[in-house]
Amino acid sequence: MDKTENNGLDRRGFLKTLGAGIAASASLYGCSSEKKTAYGDPAVSDKAIGEMTYRESLTGDKVSLLGYGCMRWPMTKDENGKDIVDQERVNELVDYAIEHGVNYFDTAPVYLQGQSEKATGIALKRHPRDKFFIATKLSNFSNSSFENSKKMYEQSFKEMQVDYIDYYLLHSIGGGGVPSFRQRFVDNGIIDFLVKEREAGRIRNLGWSYHGDKETFLYVLDMDVKWDFVQIQMNYADWKTNDAEFLYRELEKRNIPVVIMEPLLGGRLAKLSDHLVGRLKQRRPDLSVASWAFRFAGHFPRVLTSLSGMTYKEHLIDNLKTYSPIEYLTDEELEFLEETAQLMLKYPTIPCNDCKYCMPCPYGIDIPAVLLHYNKCVNEGNVPKDRQDPKYREARQAFLVGYDRSVPKLRQASHCIGCNQCMQHCPQRINIPRQLHRIDEFVEKLKQDTL
Amino acid sequence: MNSKIRKVLAAVFFTLVTLLFLDFTGTLHAWFGWMAKIQFLPALLALNVGVVALLVVLTLVMGRIYCSVICPLGVFQDIAGWLGKKAKKHRYTYSKPLTWLRYAMLGLFVIALVAGVGSLVALLAPYSAWGRIVSNLFSPLYLWGNNLLAHFAEQAESYTFYSADVWIKGGATLLVAIFTFVILGVLAWRNGRTYCNTICPVGTVLGFLARFSWLKPVIDTSKCNSCGLCARNCKAACIDSKTHSIDYSRCVVCLDCIDTCKKGAIRYVHRAKSADSAQAPKVDEGRRAFMTATAIATATGLVKAQEKKLDGGLATIEDKQIPERTTPILPPGALSARNFHQHCTACQLCVQVCPNQVLRPSTGLMNLMQPEASYERGYCRPECTKCSEVCPAGAIRPIDRAEKSSIQVGHAVWIEQNCVVNTDGVSCGNCERHCPTGAIQMVPKDASNPRSLKIPVIDTERCIGCGACENLCPSRPFSAIYVEGHEVHRTL
Repeated sequence: MDKTENNGLDRRGFLKTLGAGIAASASLYGCSSEKKTAYGDPAVSDKAIGEMTYRESLTGDKVSLLGYGCMRWPMTKDENGKDIVDQERVNELVDYAIEHGVNYFDTAPVYLQGQSEKATGIALKRHPRDKFFIATKLSNFSNSSFENSKKMYEQSFKEMQVDYIDYYLLHSIGGGGVPSFRQRFVDNGIIDFLVKEREAGRIRNLGWSYHGDKETFLYVLDMDVKWDFVQIQMNYADWKTNDAEFLYRELEKRNIPVVIMEPLLGGRLAKLSDHLVGRLKQRRPDLSVASWAFRFAGHFPRVLTSLSGMTYKEHLIDNLKTYSPIEYLTDEELEFLEETAQLMLKYPTIPCNDCKYCMPCPYGIDIPAVLLHYNKCVNEGNVPKDRQDPKYREARQAFLVGYDRSVPKLRQASHCIGCNQCMQHCPQRINIPRQLHRIDEFVEKLKQDTL
Repeated sequence: MNSKIRKVLAAVFFTLVTLLFLDFTGTLHAWFGWMAKIQFLPALLALNVGVVALLVVLTLVMGRIYCSVICPLGVFQDIAGWLGKKAKKHRYTYSKPLTWLRYAMLGLFVIALVAGVGSLVALLAPYSAWGRIVSNLFSPLYLWGNNLLAHFAEQAESYTFYSADVWIKGGATLLVAIFTFVILGVLAWRNGRTYCNTICPVGTVLGFLARFSWLKPVIDTSKCNSCGLCARNCKAACIDSKTHSIDYSRCVVCLDCIDTCKKGAIRYVHRAKSADSAQAPKVDEGRRAFMTATAIATATGLVKAQEKKLDGGLATIEDKQIPERTTPILPPGALSARNFHQHCTACQLCVQVCPNQVLRPSTGLMNLMQPEASYERGYCRPECTKCSEVCPAGAIRPIDRAEKSSIQVGHAVWIEQNCVVNTDGVSCGNCERHCPTGAIQMVPKDASNPRSLKIPVIDTERCIGCGACENLCPSRPFSAIYVEGHEVHRTL
């Protein structure tokens, strides 16, 4: 095993006499294989996973820093071609996660077209109840009457086959401001009901998830209810450029545990532009691009858990490694991530996290697919500014061909009529019709060669 | 000139003309589009005097070499005949000319042409018959092959290949193509060039000229032992070995007889010259076999078409249906319905290259198989002038992008009760947003309330009939805005 580069070169010299470039490449190949470690790619091996880092809740729960987001379970098709959760794979993922110390599972009645709670429940039912904490939400968006909200709450117990819920959230507060919040949770009396449920022990921790403005945030935070936790969107890209730092500091001040959602911005912080990937990898070639985002999220002490919707086992393993145990960021690394966030602003991606809350579009458009294709092209440098762009021809081909591949023609942006029905559903508050029309105009210019 | 050169030239022409119908990207047309434009009938209809004169001179010098090299339908029959000869050697016999039938068919053709019965003209035109066979029977295989490559390219993150839709553009045309293919294939397999020497109007015209051609295959009676081998291998059935005569109106100058004759008694010379002994070159059967094998391999290399999976969170989209148009829409460059129908031989070349799935063969009896436009699958995009570039017959005249943007082929009509502004109570304006000429504007539905939802109004003077509005209208299955064709196109 102690063969060095020199030996390789010697052999290369020898082979060279036999002739040509084939020999040269063969000797290089020989070199690298001699250096290989005992097991394959460390990125997909679980041997590097150590002890999970845990944080304590107000009720004394020891919660794993990695929480499982149940919004992106693997899907498959049933015999009628309908999308259904691939239960077998979900079970495998849950087993693996629990085996490696993950104990927080976050779902909601509306996820995966209403299938998430049930699938999560089935997978967790196979484990002792004291091995995991379950979090679900009151998603009373369309009908916020007391009766309907209560029914939704009770249904969650049935779906997940549990008799208590560890973490219960008022789902997505902030859209529509204070009036909307009061209408959904206060005026109908549901908040009083939930507080009583907490007293009765059926809810162990009561909190809320938040997408909105500062005013509503402070209003809810300081109302006359004791909050056990709050879930916010926090990551290095949002830290300074959005309100994330402000939200976190307010919660820290009040000593309220913070659950992090979108630590990876729906995967966008794992799929950076080539330039940024190079930047991160250059600094730590052993770490995945995504792990930087998770280290950032777990860096702050008041963070209880950081949620990740892991569809693939490779993602799960990578995240487990990041948090087992967490390697805290140095001050210099924090600064480095802040610089990275500033650089990201130069790549004007649309902040879509593929949560699919906007779907289905009544006119058949695949909104997230269009936005994600656009973002992909932005990151890959395939959104030329004009025809003088030296890469124009290539980029045009990549954008247009890739567009037809990612989105069927009938579901493309050109069919957006601007009815605005999607807008109220977007937690990232993207002006979807405006973005779709902008992308459509860009596509037209590419097609007509008039950019 | 010998049969070997003839075969190589025929293979080149045949392959490239066929590829013109298969290449949906339009790259090949830039280089070999002229091969469609030198086809006799399209050139004649396009009043392409130069080409017609050239072909006449060619025939007067060399005989019906056109039928053996340039005409793809002729070469197709040679391939079928060659396969037939494999099954049974020396299978042809001399037959008496059916001159009455030939001139009757030519007469019928001319009458149809003058009377404007486009469907009959199209049915008899040889090059177009091949175009229909390729576009209807072979093109799907080609596209499926392409889509397989596109599938692999997608896996490899490459953008070189992109997939194309395979769809039946016209049922009647497909049937005609199948019948033509089967009937001509069987006829050629059994008897060689029967079609060319009885039905084909181009064959009759060129045959008349070929009787006076400078070069001809001539039998040297001093060497001929009347074995009859030449006659039994003549696919045109035009050699009467008993009288040592050749019917030059039917001879397609394949020169196979020269190779067959063991005595070297036949030579391709000017008739006045006497024959001297020269060795006939051996036929390169291997090359020919290779060419055919390649053609067959392409045809059989079919693969399953892939379907795009849809997420369950997507609303279903109903297919659009063709609205009842009073006047059919013809592509810009067609000038008028009259000009278009007089020139078009329904070869399907424009249908094949249309990247937006707008053109398809019509089903009307008078103009069966001649293309027309419709906008359920796409619209006539402003940057595209493909059909006008490829048309060999002058049915669609060449236009550039600037001209296209000002040619009015029809005008849009709004159907109030279909519009989603009325049916769904939502704001829309997708027609206005995509109109390339700004012919549509949105005005408040309620004139007294400027904040009411807006409906489209059309300035028909600015509308060019491209169909962007019709295609992108959210109303399904019938759009709330559709295009009516114009009989005479106008330049705005």
